[in-house]
Amino acid sequence: MLLIRCPYCEEERPELEFRHAGEAHVARSGDIAAISDEDFEKFFFIRSNPKGVVFERWRHVHGCARFFNAARNTVTDRFLVTYKAGEPKPEISAEDAGPAAWANREPAELNETSSSRLKEQVTE
Amino acid sequence: MAKAAAKTATTGTLRRPALAGREVLAGGARLSVLPPAERMSLRAPAASVAALSRALGLDLPVKPKTSASSGARTALWLGPDEWLVIDQTGDPLADCAKVKALHSAVGISHRNVAISASGPGAEATLAAGCPQDLSLQTFPVGACSRTILGKVEIVILRTAEDAFRVECWRSFSDYVLDFLTEAAGDAAG
Ligand SMILES: [Zn+2]
Repeated sequence: MLLIRCPYCEEERPELEFRHAGEAHVARSGDIAAISDEDFEKFFFIRSNPKGVVFERWRHVHGCARFFNAARNTVTDRFLVTYKAGEPKPEISAEDAGPAAWANREPAELNETSSSRLKEQVTE
Repeated sequence: MAKAAAKTATTGTLRRPALAGREVLAGGARLSVLPPAERMSLRAPAASVAALSRALGLDLPVKPKTSASSGARTALWLGPDEWLVIDQTGDPLADCAKVKALHSAVGISHRNVAISASGPGAEATLAAGCPQDLSLQTFPVGACSRTILGKVEIVILRTAEDAFRVECWRSFSDYVLDFLTEAAGDAAG
């Protein structure tokens, strides 16, 4: 079973106690009535949904019941870090991101990298 | 609870708590449905904890997964600003009513049914449906947590090395007792 660290319970707890609660750091406008329909659509419906590292809200619903944030790798399903609601978005290095560092790149970019690597191998 | 019973007696209706008095001896554990108790759901910010602790006569625990007891009253940490207070004799709601500091105290005495699981197989019995690590090392005597058992939410409190108090919602109590009965049978093997 996947273990998720709850920043409020300060320990790893079984995934069955948690519930996913959508993308994190989606800021609501201070004056929601004043924003345009397009901006409201972006705020309300449009999510980034990348392959790789995502920032999500989770809720320890069958534990302390608190909402918190997590950085999770959708390729490996690994939780990189969890932190309390309201805390700033942490920096995730490409190394920590693992295979996710290769996600969301143009195919040409990937090919370029692998072919330049091949060249290096050949010259060695 | 004695008060609540007296109140219902005057109106001529008898309150029969769910599963009252049921007891099961299965495998390595004894399961007993515990007598009714006063229960209170308490929510309060950190600034109110001292005043509420004074009124309740115990130090509200502020560390995750811990509880505090005084006489027949126990306060269980459920979340950073949430406690479950269980009392066999007194009325914690009345004690909190005098407190001026910001808080919310809600009586939930009849929402829950408590089942005790004790004996050498008690830990294995709970572990059959609770995904948490219940070993003495990570869940010592006095530890408590809201968690799940099978498909329902429960609150557990370890009352002794080989004894737990399981609090569940009244309408789930049949399921919980049946689940624990089956699990206790397996725990013996
Ligand atoms: Zn938690």
